[in-house]
Amino acid sequence: MTQHFPALLIIVPLLSALAVSAMGWIDRRWCFPLAVASLGGALAVSVSLLVQVMAAGPIVYQMAGWSPPIGITYVIDYLNAPVLVVVLAAAFLNLIGAKVRIEAEFEEKLGAYLALYILFLSGMVGIVATGDAFNLYVLLEIASLTGYALIGLGKERAPLSSLNYLFMGTIGASFYLLGIGYIYIATGTLNMADISNMMPQLMGSGTLFLALIICMTGLFVKMALFPMHGWLPNAYSNAPSASAGLIAPLTTKVMVYAMVRVGLTIFTPEFTFSRAILSETIVWLAVGAIVAGSLLALMQRRLSRMLTYVIVAEVGYMVGGFWLGNKTGITGATLHIINDAAMTLTLFMAVSTITWKLGSDKFEDLKGLFGKMPFTMIGFVLAALAVIGIPPTCGFFSKWYLITGGIEAGQWGFVVALLFSSLVNAVLFFRIFEIAFFEPFAEGHGHHGHGPAMSEAPASMVAPLIIAALSLIVLGLYTGDIVTKLIQLAIPAGIA
Amino acid sequence: MELLYSAKPLAAILVSFFVVPIIFSARSENVREAWTFVAALLKFAIVLSMLPFILKGGQIAYTVAEVLPGLAISFKVDAFGMLFALVSSSLWIVTSMYSIGYMRTLKEHGQTRYYACFALSLSATLGVAFAGNLLTLYLFYEMLSFATYPLVSHHQDREARSSGRKYLTYILGASIALVLPAMLIIYSQTGTFEFAPQGFMNGAFSQSTMTVLLLMFVFGFAKAGVMPFHSWLPAAMVAPTPVSALLHAVAVVKVGVFCVARVITGVFGTKMLASMGLGTIVCYIASFTIIVSSIIALSQDGLKRRLAFSTIGQLSYIILGIALLSPSGMTGGMLHIAMHAFGKITLFFCAGAIYAASGIKNISQMVGIGRRMPFTMTAFLLGSLSVIGLPPLGGFISKWNLVIGTLESGQIFFLFVLLASSLLNAAYFLPICYKAFFCTDEEAMFERKVNEVPTWCLVPLCITATCSVIFFFYPQPFLQLAKMTVATIIGAPMP
Amino acid sequence: MTDLLPLIAAKYNYWIYTILMMIGLYAMIAKNNLVKKIIGMNIFQTAIILFYVSIAYKKGATLPIIMGDGHGGGHGAIQAADYINPLPHCLMLTAIVVSVATLGVALALAIKIYRQYGTLEEDDINHQIRMQAGQ
Repeated sequence: MTQHFPALLIIVPLLSALAVSAMGWIDRRWCFPLAVASLGGALAVSVSLLVQVMAAGPIVYQMAGWSPPIGITYVIDYLNAPVLVVVLAAAFLNLIGAKVRIEAEFEEKLGAYLALYILFLSGMVGIVATGDAFNLYVLLEIASLTGYALIGLGKERAPLSSLNYLFMGTIGASFYLLGIGYIYIATGTLNMADISNMMPQLMGSGTLFLALIICMTGLFVKMALFPMHGWLPNAYSNAPSASAGLIAPLTTKVMVYAMVRVGLTIFTPEFTFSRAILSETIVWLAVGAIVAGSLLALMQRRLSRMLTYVIVAEVGYMVGGFWLGNKTGITGATLHIINDAAMTLTLFMAVSTITWKLGSDKFEDLKGLFGKMPFTMIGFVLAALAVIGIPPTCGFFSKWYLITGGIEAGQWGFVVALLFSSLVNAVLFFRIFEIAFFEPFAEGHGHHGHGPAMSEAPASMVAPLIIAALSLIVLGLYTGDIVTKLIQLAIPAGIA
Repeated sequence: MELLYSAKPLAAILVSFFVVPIIFSARSENVREAWTFVAALLKFAIVLSMLPFILKGGQIAYTVAEVLPGLAISFKVDAFGMLFALVSSSLWIVTSMYSIGYMRTLKEHGQTRYYACFALSLSATLGVAFAGNLLTLYLFYEMLSFATYPLVSHHQDREARSSGRKYLTYILGASIALVLPAMLIIYSQTGTFEFAPQGFMNGAFSQSTMTVLLLMFVFGFAKAGVMPFHSWLPAAMVAPTPVSALLHAVAVVKVGVFCVARVITGVFGTKMLASMGLGTIVCYIASFTIIVSSIIALSQDGLKRRLAFSTIGQLSYIILGIALLSPSGMTGGMLHIAMHAFGKITLFFCAGAIYAASGIKNISQMVGIGRRMPFTMTAFLLGSLSVIGLPPLGGFISKWNLVIGTLESGQIFFLFVLLASSLLNAAYFLPICYKAFFCTDEEAMFERKVNEVPTWCLVPLCITATCSVIFFFYPQPFLQLAKMTVATIIGAPMP
Repeated sequence: MTDLLPLIAAKYNYWIYTILMMIGLYAMIAKNNLVKKIIGMNIFQTAIILFYVSIAYKKGATLPIIMGDGHGGGHGAIQAADYINPLPHCLMLTAIVVSVATLGVALALAIKIYRQYGTLEEDDINHQIRMQAGQ
């Protein structure tokens, strides 16, 4: 049984999605427990896989026993084992936290919504776990299509935002597919390990270089790297909060993971970083992403839109860190995948809780929140500290690696952009803290005033939020372990 | 030198950390305040229990967690850290007593949050004192910034909001923009952050890079109030007076200079700085701050604002002393951390007492107040004398060492700076005392009835004033700790 | 210049798919009507599918179906060069399915938008949104 875990990881959610969908017609009360059970099971499987990988090394699993290059392999190694755990944990926590919301907003369509939720997750899990380039495309599209649907289920501008996201997302995925086609022409195989074995002989290949550029462009569109980020703010801020809490932490980070996988495993670092012109251009794009994301975030008046621009900047961190091409930078980018997923999850869950209680997330409606919803705000504050980069939260440590990597590589533009973004993030979040802390005591000495009455959200919404917030500190304190036992082993030897 | 591994530093820090949820769940005011006292006394006791070992020349170390490969959050208690820890933990007890009197007299709101944030701030302060490497130092430095923000903006009115914003902008902005990159650049070249007696830079950089890095640290630790990053201090005076007293006379600002001192002695190393002549640059910057802040203080009518500018000047005394890089200079600077703390806190306590008893904030209105509030104004006089640096107050000892330090290092210019600023200090303190006691009857008229302050406020300020006097005659253990630190730095045998 | 022409002629499949892609992209960006954009997207995806299929071709090869002639197994070894590469075709079956699914989702969203705004023209929709935001 245990040796089939990699397959179960994706099959269990797939089948349970069907089951949940069927349950939606039979007896709606079983939908939610079934969904939670399947996600919980998948989470347990991923944790056990992580433990296995840490003990014994990478696991290679041939689907149905067919051997490559025709068969599809699933490879769980040091890079994707922790990412898997984070992806599943994020989806699990979000599902529990959004329970009240989902049941209120999607009552008749409960089965369908939960099925979409789990399908999205299985797509994400597949992208992370797979060892076959084309299989990645298939799962990418599974995740994307369900994502479009999850977003399009919202009200008002959601369908339009989702359609625009669909257009951009399809362009991105199609570019990726095209890139794989070029790889296939040059190497004749689609298995990631096979391709990387053939790379040393194909170092000078123009076809493969073009393939690299096309693949990366496709992934950049899907991860909303500036200037191809236009779809993200609308899609994430207009989506229903339950969907946003699932999609926002996961999509962009898993796409960054895919970029790391393509760059390190398929194309091997020697090839990927061999052309300085490519690496430097992308690092400058990342600098643009960081600066633009930070500045655009300053102009927003709604909390969720501000957070989407923060995501755009964070994507810049990861892309820039990876394309620095040195070990520290890649470590920082990979660590940030994990950390940013946790941070974004906490932030969006906090926003979901706030909108559930207040109905709006415009800045002027956030008055006195520290008094009304102290627990939510504790979670929000911790996540904000992580985004700004204050120790001992995890955000500080990934920034540490990214800045050190930038210093080592001599990319001072990247270093300055990172520091600039930390300062802008401090401004962004402290504006919110001020509004939430000071008003409604805006006038007068406030000597005899009492705080607004506490009306905190239900425990099922707040508890996962607090767990996610605490995980930020835990991840921070365990950074050393994560880096030495997982990430540094994932980076192929031979990178400076 | 003996190294002992003990969890006591962590315990001292966590005492006030764990009392926070207890404070939040306390059912009555008295229970809440009682727990604050318990925590303060416990913390002081733990710190005190480590003192004998440190005085014998030992150090206590403890590693919390290895957060980055090869880099851990760790504590190392040495003489300098012990000096600072003693000062802050002892003064917390006194301030808690004062807070009770002050907050209850004025019926302030949000007292639970106040006491809780105070406890957190003291945790962070001790964390800085006990930090064994630059990462731990930075961690607790930032924690202090966030823990003190709700205290600065306690009144939650418009003034508090803009002051809080200024506070964070300067302190957080400087630390992220200056300290963090400097730290990372040093780490990427040297690969370590552990404080060492003569620093660990070992010529890893060129002279110009060293200068830039040093300046980044001096200005980046904006809590030290070096001009031009000083404006947050007067702005932070909108906080309730106990906050100003402990945090902005003792904890926050001393954390700033402590960090600068640690960086100069433990990261860069005095011998290397002296050989590059970098100490002199810092001395000039500190002198500028000293003189200008004293001049500005002369023009301030608000008592707390005048005290704030006085603090800015006194902080730069400490930096000047360390930057002189001579044994007496460094001793004087470190000792001044303690002496100034006791003196300044007395002054702030008095300012708060005057406000609580009569509602008066401005010096021009304080004519003749000495007759109504004799104890308070006597304490004020004693505190002023200590800050000016006159015998028989403790401040004289540290100033004396600073003066000897300028002579030792052969930089006579700074001797004149010290003398000039002492004159300025006298010029802006003594008239207050004079006018308070000696004036004609017509001038001593008040719109309000003025009583002596409640006992809870009076006792603490008398305690600290008396301490300032005692320290002149018996400046231990602070002088001993300062001398031990300097001996370790210059590699001399322990005194 | 003269030897460029045979080069272009030899790689004509690349040119065709590139042109088709650009047509699709143009439609997605420049057209106002949502359905036209969706059609453009479909053309875009189809171009890539055609590209894959075209790379499977080998000169003088036939369909990759092995003819058994009733007497049991094939006679002798199968020469791979006689059959065009079936793998890209299989991959493209998947891609076609994906394309159809995307088309379905896109049309469903378009219907929802139509119900909401009463029009499928993008500038009309944006105009309506601006009016709503202004209130």
